[in-house]
Amino acid sequence: MEFLLAIITGLLYAAGLYMMLRRSLVKLIIGLIIISNGANLLIFLLGRITKGHPPIIPEGSKVFTEIYADPVPQALILTAIVISFGLQSFAIILIKRAYQVVKTDDLDEMNTIDEDIK
Amino acid sequence: MLIAILTGFAFAVLLLFGGKLVKGKLSILSTLIPLGLFIYFARFIGDVSSHNFIQENFSWIPSLGVNLSFKLDGLSLLFCLMITGIGTLVFAYTSAYLKGHKYLDRFYGYLSVFMGAMLGLVLSENIISLFVFWELTSISSFFLIGFNNDNPASRKSALTALGITGIGGLLLLAGGIVLGNISGTYNISEMLANRDLILGHEYYILAACLIFGAAFTKSAQFPFHFWLPGAMKAPTPVSTYLHSATMVKAGVYLLFRLSPVMGGTDFWNTTLTIVGLVTMVYSAFHALFRTDMKGILAYSTISALGILVFLIGLGTHESFLAAAVFIIVHALYKATLFLITGAVDHQAKSRDVTQLSGLRKVMPIVAIAALLAAISNAGIPPSVGFVGKDLIYEGTLHMENSVVLLTALAIITNVLISYAGYVAGIKPFVGKLPKRYENVKKPPFWLWFPPLLLGTLGFVFGIFPVLIQNTLIKPILWSIGLEASEVHLKLWHGFTPVLGLSALTIGSGILLYFLLKPSHKLISFIAKFDKVSPKYIMEKMTWAFARFSAFWTNVFQNGYLRNYVSTITLFLIILMAFTLLQETTYRVDYSSFAKLTVYEIVILSILILAIGLIVFAKSRLAAVVATGIMGYCICLLFVFYSAPDLAMTQFAIDTLTVILFVLVLYRLPKYLKLSDYKMRIRDGILSLAFGGLITILALEVLAQPVNSEVSDFYAKNAYLLAHGKNVVNVILVDFRGADTMVEISVLAISAIGVFGLLKLRLKSVERYQK
Amino acid sequence: MKTLILRTASNYLLPILLLFSIFILLRGHYLPGGGFVGGLIASIAFVLHAFANGLKNTKRLLKFHPGFLMPVGLSVAFLSGILPVLALDEPFMTSLWMHHAIPVIGKLNTALFFDIGVYIVVQGVTLTIIFTISESA
Repeated sequence: MEFLLAIITGLLYAAGLYMMLRRSLVKLIIGLIIISNGANLLIFLLGRITKGHPPIIPEGSKVFTEIYADPVPQALILTAIVISFGLQSFAIILIKRAYQVVKTDDLDEMNTIDEDIK
Repeated sequence: MLIAILTGFAFAVLLLFGGKLVKGKLSILSTLIPLGLFIYFARFIGDVSSHNFIQENFSWIPSLGVNLSFKLDGLSLLFCLMITGIGTLVFAYTSAYLKGHKYLDRFYGYLSVFMGAMLGLVLSENIISLFVFWELTSISSFFLIGFNNDNPASRKSALTALGITGIGGLLLLAGGIVLGNISGTYNISEMLANRDLILGHEYYILAACLIFGAAFTKSAQFPFHFWLPGAMKAPTPVSTYLHSATMVKAGVYLLFRLSPVMGGTDFWNTTLTIVGLVTMVYSAFHALFRTDMKGILAYSTISALGILVFLIGLGTHESFLAAAVFIIVHALYKATLFLITGAVDHQAKSRDVTQLSGLRKVMPIVAIAALLAAISNAGIPPSVGFVGKDLIYEGTLHMENSVVLLTALAIITNVLISYAGYVAGIKPFVGKLPKRYENVKKPPFWLWFPPLLLGTLGFVFGIFPVLIQNTLIKPILWSIGLEASEVHLKLWHGFTPVLGLSALTIGSGILLYFLLKPSHKLISFIAKFDKVSPKYIMEKMTWAFARFSAFWTNVFQNGYLRNYVSTITLFLIILMAFTLLQETTYRVDYSSFAKLTVYEIVILSILILAIGLIVFAKSRLAAVVATGIMGYCICLLFVFYSAPDLAMTQFAIDTLTVILFVLVLYRLPKYLKLSDYKMRIRDGILSLAFGGLITILALEVLAQPVNSEVSDFYAKNAYLLAHGKNVVNVILVDFRGADTMVEISVLAISAIGVFGLLKLRLKSVERYQK
Repeated sequence: MKTLILRTASNYLLPILLLFSIFILLRGHYLPGGGFVGGLIASIAFVLHAFANGLKNTKRLLKFHPGFLMPVGLSVAFLSGILPVLALDEPFMTSLWMHHAIPVIGKLNTALFFDIGVYIVVQGVTLTIIFTISESA
């Protein structure tokens, strides 16, 4: 299963990068979202995956008695998910503003306009 | 002592708030600060002159061996008295010189910061704190040189000075660290105990070169001297204070201080002697070709600094004695000359020695002060300059090798310096008073009193050299570990060879003054050599460096986001591939496929389909929907692999992301097919290579054994210490609570950013349009 | 999307979802849940209400701008962290526990207050972003 997940992670990275390399603004944001998902999955995978044993101490005991999923990557990813939402919304709005100001969605054209303003 | 050092900084901070108070008539009151400090340090003369020193320690970063330890011995006492004493006069002088200036408070602020930093520099026992104060003096000097900040030349000079002295400061830090690593301590007096270790170490030459770099840049030694003439763009009080009396001597101070630690080797002595000789002759010669009084004084200052470095380089008892006396001599006469230059400039609005003449008629007292300084500068008895010059010749004559050469060069330098003194100190005041200067007013009290006082002191110390002999000179020699009981400063030694040399110097100096008149022709003559001067070369180098960085930046920072991303990725791929593909250890365990459940297979298939849809979708809506599906699939993966918290969060966030997209979708630009076929193939290959490498990386890591120490700690103690059973949540709110605190702050910032971009900006644009 | 069914349903859904989010928040220390998820669920509840009834009505319901939740939440979180420093001279973020359990809620502790702070901040952030965007989109 790890093998398949590793491939999926690689796919997510590849798709995200490909989208980021497009000239369209919207594709850039989507690429950003895909790559952040890929990063989450990578961290999750590297913390080793465990089926059916969440890192929650069972009722009635004070420590784990069986194996358990690694809680540290989960804590890392949990905040990463929420923060990536903040990042995405900020990026969307930034791009929207840029679109309003320079009236183009072509990233390459934004470059030339930037120089004209100077 | 810490309080004394901090006073300067504290006063500068107070000026931020009470700046208006010192702008008016009260500006003279700020003189009380350096005066108070002068009195404070003067009280220690008794202690220090009886072969004691005062030490204070404050912990700063004890784990790195960096402490604020201060030591007041003969050498630092001399500098402290110069800093506060000349400081007092300069503060008072400024109140008249810059009377009613718009930024007088700022000026006083910079000056007092400098004073505090300079005191810290000379009192520091620890070489790291010495470095900190060293850089602070460079920075305050930068602000003071660029004080007339609407003048481009002034700004350029300030930047040059900061560049040169700032680099020197970094060299000092590096040198200090090398010394600290060799000797195991950053304290200079403890380094002294490890002298043999330092001298014998393989990095001794490196350490010495770094220290030289620091000292030569700060003390304007050839070929780094050119920042000092440029620094004359600063108001005259600054030139007096920083660029002749105190700051530029910091390099000399450092060499003095480290001589007992690192000095005495051939490398040390030869380098210092040669650099000192070149500097003193080169710049004394240059002084001949200047017509601006400050320019003349700047070059003669560099020459005097060269003499000091040269004397330290000789490394004999006589030469150290000569250097110690010469520091005092030079400070007295050069400060006087600068101050009278300021007075002349302030009243007659000119500093050109070819124009100025006969000013004694309109400002007699300034003329007297100038005459006193010029006499002391030329070393004519009974000034203290005579005592100093005698000692220099004593120093050169007592050398074992090349006595004639050294003495001859010293004589030439002294003749040229005395000529420079005559031109700056006597020439403007003698002769016929031109008509346009007839109406020049007498300078106010604070413009003529400080130079007169300093000039007079030069004679008092000359007639009674015993005044400085016991209080200052002997403790200085003690502080660098030399015997001083035999030191007897005298004006009259009887008919000795030294007297003959002095007479020769004085005679040639006067002769030169009558033979060579300063003129603009001389300037244009020397200007021909500008192309080979260190300044020109350094400027060219800076220019070329800037051009190269502009070119280099344009290659990579071309403004196309795609190019940035692909360049970075390409390098990452190459680097990762290089390491990862050398040995792959992962073997696919095909047996694990058998354990796959139907659910997993279905979800993974949907996920792959969704990714494909995102990449190849023709419309925005399809892509957004596919993104949503991808998010939910990952959410389900979290459910399968024991991460319920993650699944819940991912689910909620995914929903919100889709909502967000739906809200702005129709405001966002439509999909455009902008890239051509080739480009997409190229990007596709790049992306697939990147993704493939990530896969290999993940598999490689998975093949390695896990270190779960951290997780085990959290898992074990989640209930015992934090009374929680959901370990993920316990980590977030308890074990790593501070991290979460910062994370929610980041979230809040992003929300404020969104709000600001959408709301505030629009409002201000609207207001603008109205 | 202002259909009658959704509007009617959302009026009931809002309190239920909010209650659910608080439930998720409180149980976070023992079972899956916590401030992050709780805050997100609560904001989804408000967003749903806004979709059904219009943003103006939701804002009227809220009575204040959601942006104010951010400083409030940050202060709650910070205070719960600083409390041990002030009260017992313990390091920042040391969690304090009551010795006796309160019925229903269980033992009160500073970590819970920290989680409540997170809950409020997340809600403030999400609602500010969504509301701002939908207003100007």
